[in-house]
Amino acid sequence: MKLKFIIPLLLFFVVVGFLAKGLFLDPHEVPSPLIGKPAPAFSAPVLGDARKKFSPADMKGKVWMLNIWASWCVACREEHPLLVAMKQHGLPIYGMAYKDADADATDVLKKLGDPYIITATDADGKIGIDYGVYGVPETYIIDKVGIIRYKQIGPITPESLRDKILPLLEELVK
Amino acid sequence: MIPEIGHFSLILAFCFALMQGFIPLAGVLKKNETLMRFAVPTARAQSFLVAISFLCLDYAFYSNDFSVLYVASTSNSHLPLAYRLAAVWGGHEGSMLLWVTILSVWTIAVTFFAKELPYSFRTTLIAVMGLVSVGFLMFILFTSNPFERLIPAALDGRDLNPLLQDPGMVFHPPVLYMGYVGFSVAFAFAIAALLDGRLDVTWARWTRPWTTVAWVFLTLGIAFGSRWAYYELGWGGWWFWDAVENASFMPWLVGTALIHSLAVTEKRGAFKAWTVLLSICAFSLSLLGTFLVRSGVLTSVHAFATDPSRGLFILLFLAIVIGGALLLFALRAPTVGLGEKFDMASRESFLLANNVVLVAAAASVLLGTLYPLLVDAMGMGKISVGPPYFDAVFVALMAPGIFLMGIGPIARWKKTTLPELATKLRWAAGVSIISALLVPSIMGKLTPMLFVGLLMAFWVLSSVITALNVRLSQSDGNLISKLKSITPAFYGMLLAHFGLAIFVIGVTMVKGYESEQDITMKIGETVNIQGYDFRFDGAKPVKGPNYLSKQGVFYISKNGHEVTTLTPEKRYYPVQQATMTEASIAVGIVRDLYISLGEELEGGAWSVRIYIKPFVQWIWLGAVFMALGGILTLIDKRYRKPGGQLSQVGISQAGAYEA
Repeated sequence: MKLKFIIPLLLFFVVVGFLAKGLFLDPHEVPSPLIGKPAPAFSAPVLGDARKKFSPADMKGKVWMLNIWASWCVACREEHPLLVAMKQHGLPIYGMAYKDADADATDVLKKLGDPYIITATDADGKIGIDYGVYGVPETYIIDKVGIIRYKQIGPITPESLRDKILPLLEELVK
Repeated sequence: MIPEIGHFSLILAFCFALMQGFIPLAGVLKKNETLMRFAVPTARAQSFLVAISFLCLDYAFYSNDFSVLYVASTSNSHLPLAYRLAAVWGGHEGSMLLWVTILSVWTIAVTFFAKELPYSFRTTLIAVMGLVSVGFLMFILFTSNPFERLIPAALDGRDLNPLLQDPGMVFHPPVLYMGYVGFSVAFAFAIAALLDGRLDVTWARWTRPWTTVAWVFLTLGIAFGSRWAYYELGWGGWWFWDAVENASFMPWLVGTALIHSLAVTEKRGAFKAWTVLLSICAFSLSLLGTFLVRSGVLTSVHAFATDPSRGLFILLFLAIVIGGALLLFALRAPTVGLGEKFDMASRESFLLANNVVLVAAAASVLLGTLYPLLVDAMGMGKISVGPPYFDAVFVALMAPGIFLMGIGPIARWKKTTLPELATKLRWAAGVSIISALLVPSIMGKLTPMLFVGLLMAFWVLSSVITALNVRLSQSDGNLISKLKSITPAFYGMLLAHFGLAIFVIGVTMVKGYESEQDITMKIGETVNIQGYDFRFDGAKPVKGPNYLSKQGVFYISKNGHEVTTLTPEKRYYPVQQATMTEASIAVGIVRDLYISLGEELEGGAWSVRIYIKPFVQWIWLGAVFMALGGILTLIDKRYRKPGGQLSQVGISQAGAYEA
């Protein structure tokens, strides 16, 4: 049996392995290497008013959350209502529209409600690279001196909000 | 009573499928003709019983039998009849039954129309299709029985998802499944050929028409779906790179590669192992698509009911069918041999390159579709891979493929020279560059993407003309007799390529020149977009059979002349408590005017979304031409003549321009 003819079979079983795992495993997160490091600096145009810029430097002295999202992202729609509710409770969420057209992003916020104090735009995904974004949504919690303290990969769930995000915010604000 | 008959028929069909799968196969292995004779009658009985079962479910929907759980959960007594019948495949159980029903349509077709095949080969073919039926019937009976009773019966049904209440729902799924499931025939051919050791030119000729028919259906099915999304979802988009869409697109890409590589195998005896592998892959991707859609491992806007036991079942089935097929391939393919030699510059090479491009494109779509799942499975969270990835990767991959598409039909089999090609295509290259610059200058905007898109489209168009011209110059006589001397297959190929050019023009023009306005309009207000005046005459309530609606009236004129009146709606479906936006579209050859209603504001004003979509219909028109091209190749004589002689003819005329 020549080896090259087995390759399709082997590849297929790798895929099946992943599919099986996908059926059974609960997702759990790996910590980001950026945790405990300063949030990478940037200066990005603000959605709706491109002349204004938003920069993490503006946020010195405050505890804040950076939520990276996109209008094309299905999982973002999942967490959106929760974000809106969080805003109503006064949590400081700043948005970053990742690889998105301004019109599409504005449209989603108009339709589903705007949970962000300010939404910055990262149309070409360059800022995303600095932050190690490999998929949206992702959410960072950044402390008063600009250090990333937590990274949520994937949508924020009521559990992660209750067990991790809220306690951490409380502790950081002190 | 009727649902029980349906259920019972399905159980009987399962028993016949077992016989259809195993007995003839044993016959082939033991060379026992009595056992082999089981194939055709059991296949027909199995198909007949599946059809009965399907009709019973149809009847349950027709008669509003809400004592059937599935009917109660996907239909409603106020639902119009056409949608009630389409609601049969509006949910998981029914779409699986549709899957099996269509498989039985193909099985019946094979028992009637594949008579020229050697007996044992045909028997194996039918047996393999029987085994596939066994898997799916088992799946339906054990995990997704559509005939399950609901006791006590519901007073009325929960209604069909309003998104699916659309004429598109009546046609799109059956046509799409005809394509999807149709690749099972090519798959069965491949397995039969591997088992039989008969991987030769005749095998390729037998497989070709079946594959083409499935491909034609799949092309139309995808186009239907895309057009449906365009007017039904109300976002004006036509393709979303959604997991469910990708599930149908991947088999299409591989199926397209398969059609081309079958041509090489038939004409030149080359690429045999590769062609078999593609046949296996096309159907494997159909099955994988079914798994992705039905198991719910991926988040999708299509949001079907999900259940892990179902997912596990399909996955096991997938592992057995595809794993078995690939194992057989690994064992048998090395003995196949290579076929005739060809040069680096030859039509074979160009077709091989085409195959590589198409398969790479399918692989990149697969990667993009599965990536969220892979990341999830490795415990790295949930992510979404969206249009930015697909657009970038797909366009970058397809651009060289389309360039090759212009050259392929002009290159000779076996050996061709690059200078010769260059001479023939000089004209086409010049015309396409000029046109790609000219059109944007008329439209008044030029971007790199517009230039690339139009260049590709005009390149294909002008090379189609060149190919026709080269071919005509090879025969004698007047123009009519020259035109007659060309085979339908060659015309079909040109027409399909022409269709792709039309498609690319549509995509490019829409991307480049569409305009969108999101505005608030008061009654009587007029807004001008690209020369069109849109006047809003207010929205009035309208009552539908199973919904309440607010219908807006827009009077559209250009330079004072009436163009049309559009009536977009905002519908409320009380049973599902869902609000739906029904866009209103004035379809045109060079542009669509598209209006959808947003929210009602104070004083009868509405937020309104108005699109002008230039050339958007060309996207689907192109797909229709591709499908017509496929149909044209089917009327070629050699596919209707038992044991057609053409392949010998084709090889003896080495260097001729056969499609």
